[in-house]
Amino acid sequence: MDSHSEVHAEHAHPTPGLYLKIALVLFVLTALEVLAFEAGRGGLGAGLRPIFEPITVVLLIVLSAAKFALVAMFYMHLKQDPRLLANLFVFPLIIAASIIAGLIILFQYWRVVGAK
Amino acid sequence: MATSVLDKAPAAHATAPTGIWSWITTVDHKRIGILYGATAFLFFLIGGLEALFMRIQLMKPDNDFVSPEMFNALFTMHGTTMIFLGVMPLSAMFFNYFIPLQIGARDVAFPRLNAFSYWVFLLGGLFINFSWLLNAAPNAGWFGYANLTSNQYSPGLNTDFWVLGLQILGVASMAAAINFFVTIVNLRAPGMRMLRMPMFTWMSFITQILLLLAFPVITIALVFLMMDRHFGTHFFLPEGGGDPVLWQHLFWIFGHPEVYILILPAFGIVSEVLPVFSRKPLFGYTAMVFSGAFIAFLGFGVWSHHMFATGMGPFADSFFALSTMLIAVPTGVKIFNWIGTLWGGSLQMKTPLYFAVGMVAMFIIGGLSGVMHSSPPADLQQTDSYFVVAHFHYVLFGGSIFGLTAGAYYWFPKMFGRMLNETIGKWHFWLMFIGFNVTFFPMHFLGLNGMPRRVYTYPEGLNFEFWNQVQTWGSILLGVSMLVFIYNMWKAARGPANAPADPWRGATLEWLIPSPPQEFNFGTVPPVGSSTPAWDLRRANGGPLQEPAPESGEGIHMPRPSYWPVVTAFGVLGVIGSILFTHAFPQWYLITITGAAILIYGIYRWAFEPAF
Amino acid sequence: MSDAAHALEHPTATGIDSKKVAIWTLIGSECLLFASLISTYLVYKGKSLVGPLPHAESQCMLHGKMQACEPIFEIPLVTFGTAVLLFSSFFIVLALYGAQKGNRKMLVGWLSMTVLCGLFFIGMQVYEFNHFYHKGLGYSTNLFGSTFYTLTGFHGSHVTVGVIWLSTLLYRAVKGKIPPAKSINLEIAALYWHFVDVVWIVIFPVVYLMR
Repeated sequence: MDSHSEVHAEHAHPTPGLYLKIALVLFVLTALEVLAFEAGRGGLGAGLRPIFEPITVVLLIVLSAAKFALVAMFYMHLKQDPRLLANLFVFPLIIAASIIAGLIILFQYWRVVGAK
Repeated sequence: MATSVLDKAPAAHATAPTGIWSWITTVDHKRIGILYGATAFLFFLIGGLEALFMRIQLMKPDNDFVSPEMFNALFTMHGTTMIFLGVMPLSAMFFNYFIPLQIGARDVAFPRLNAFSYWVFLLGGLFINFSWLLNAAPNAGWFGYANLTSNQYSPGLNTDFWVLGLQILGVASMAAAINFFVTIVNLRAPGMRMLRMPMFTWMSFITQILLLLAFPVITIALVFLMMDRHFGTHFFLPEGGGDPVLWQHLFWIFGHPEVYILILPAFGIVSEVLPVFSRKPLFGYTAMVFSGAFIAFLGFGVWSHHMFATGMGPFADSFFALSTMLIAVPTGVKIFNWIGTLWGGSLQMKTPLYFAVGMVAMFIIGGLSGVMHSSPPADLQQTDSYFVVAHFHYVLFGGSIFGLTAGAYYWFPKMFGRMLNETIGKWHFWLMFIGFNVTFFPMHFLGLNGMPRRVYTYPEGLNFEFWNQVQTWGSILLGVSMLVFIYNMWKAARGPANAPADPWRGATLEWLIPSPPQEFNFGTVPPVGSSTPAWDLRRANGGPLQEPAPESGEGIHMPRPSYWPVVTAFGVLGVIGSILFTHAFPQWYLITITGAAILIYGIYRWAFEPAF
Repeated sequence: MSDAAHALEHPTATGIDSKKVAIWTLIGSECLLFASLISTYLVYKGKSLVGPLPHAESQCMLHGKMQACEPIFEIPLVTFGTAVLLFSSFFIVLALYGAQKGNRKMLVGWLSMTVLCGLFFIGMQVYEFNHFYHKGLGYSTNLFGSTFYTLTGFHGSHVTVGVIWLSTLLYRAVKGKIPPAKSINLEIAALYWHFVDVVWIVIFPVVYLMR
């Protein structure tokens, strides 16, 4: 009875070779995250600090978003599985990210204008 | 998995078992629906009594019918009960009973999870109300604003009952929401595409999405509050750097979607009733679907309009005012389409139609006062006054309760095989309609004249006496209308099983099977080629369909009853409820561990018992 | 809920197993749970009235007086834990691959590795919490402590649930009770495990690396 779903859900999944490549990329991206952190706080030499300190947050967001996307697309199979499942993840993610952003903005603003 | 279960199914459970044990172990969505309905109706009556006590207290100035402390408990428990134990589970009754029927399924996707949801809901409701017996009923308002809920201002167990009770109820709502979401996505009959689903199923579907995305936020906020009260943190306490306003944000990020959780099922019911009793398809089906979805989506971007009085500054005020005003557009689309459905229809003046039209009219009033609040300068005048109380009763009572009552009259014959009396039904409607308006319309005047909400009394000479007295008489009329409703159901229960399969000439699948449906719902799933499959069959038949004969159910394999959901539900109660005792005795964690052990044992037994 | 998904004898309307839709629904819902925790952590960042603090600050209030505070985070340790959790995601996709192909050796081997990684991560977190506690950061010491322990504690309890779940499946796999036809039971657990991993992918930079 499930032949239909198996065609959908199983056959298109990637192979161990691709999984390994992804794992290595994830490892490298994590290393880059830590390097960005170190460079930003002056751990890799004082000369790098003024360059990296202002962009550390942006770098970290980009790097972690890339890791997030890789795991979701390949390990969680969203790239191959039906679109419905991706929607089940992406829509809540959009709401979640908006709420995080909204609260940060509200509280920053509150601090500048509201209190004191 | 390769062969159909149908092939090897023995004819087990050919007849539905009876007796109390069969209800405790049931996994039948129809029985669980009835359990939800009966329990929620009882809680609804308790919440109504709490309201009546408040109205008696406010009937005259400087009254001492109840103490100020009792009044705080009454308005807190009235709000909490009506929202979490009244309207939400009454909607859940209809989700349970009618989502599977409307999509042509034999049950929900996870029948035992469904039973689990009910038992957790029941235990959570009893837990919160148990506080009355200890004279420790929650008393910080249904929104539990920090720092009214801090240990300093709420030293007793009152707020703990509220925090932990809501946490338990949240478990029930989450489990049910996942279940119904999957049911609607996956168990639709062949041919029933998403854009052919009945409107009640559609609005229920959107409601599940709201539940799934809104409840985690209140869960976390309640965890923070619990930590503040029991484990010494300062999430919402300024003396440790915490910000009480964060509670308001988290609460309303949940709370605003929550009001759509309360109203969307009623929207769905009205969208079922109006076409059937107008003998016309719903006007603008697709627009109705997308306006519902749009309302839900916008519902996540308007939370701070509950907080204009906290002083968020012009940017935030403008943003939330505009997003709130935007919600009036899809809501207006819905109202336009309901009127468009009625327009030129061949109206059948039956009780469900009365309640549905009453809902549309009352909701318009509540919606208009809502748009007034969306403007911060106006809101600052109205906030915390009886004007706000008038507004949300027009949307929650005038909207949700009128809609749910329309659903009760519409679907009662299907659920119990008996018709409710039309004459008594119309008495019910007119008493409720008049009682409702007499109770709540004057609140607009009182609010604009400056009467604050949540006050236990008011002095003489402020011009509040007259309308308060009128309101109390109105609320008594409302109480009488409920008695009429109960009498109507009692009379039907004693009367003959007189309901045909399709008493109203319904458009959707549930009207094609006997009333009440057999345990397996559909012997064969009927073809679905549009959003009104029953009308299609009728048209193809050239007239009324034959009364469906009972089917044998031979070879249909239904899920097996199970008591592990009940056991697991008690585990949930033990784990969460144990926090109540942290201050009372040092070994409180033993209760947590016991609860966790029951929970884990229940889950394992549940997971490894055969479902069929 | 082992067999509940095929409550009905029809194939599902979408062709996707109901259990898989359910776990994705739960994951979507959990996004909001962690969003609430992360927003609170960020909103309260820098609002602690007393130390200890996560990163080097010139001065902070400690033991009732302003003094130089040493940063509390141990980045190398947590980086190692992060890598372990990332690799566990890799191991479990291999276990699932083995399960789907009927390769029991592959299934049992990689699933054991996954469980070990999970246990290591929990161990790391226990060590870290204990270490911070001895450095003076209790759960209610300051807003940083409360928000940090709650956020990472919620994540850690998710890891714990995942380890229990995967251990159960490992036991069944050893007994030969996860044939390819039942690999869906591992697939949903794997999806949950990956979700726990991606949450950490967010927590690691936001909490540990953003100063």
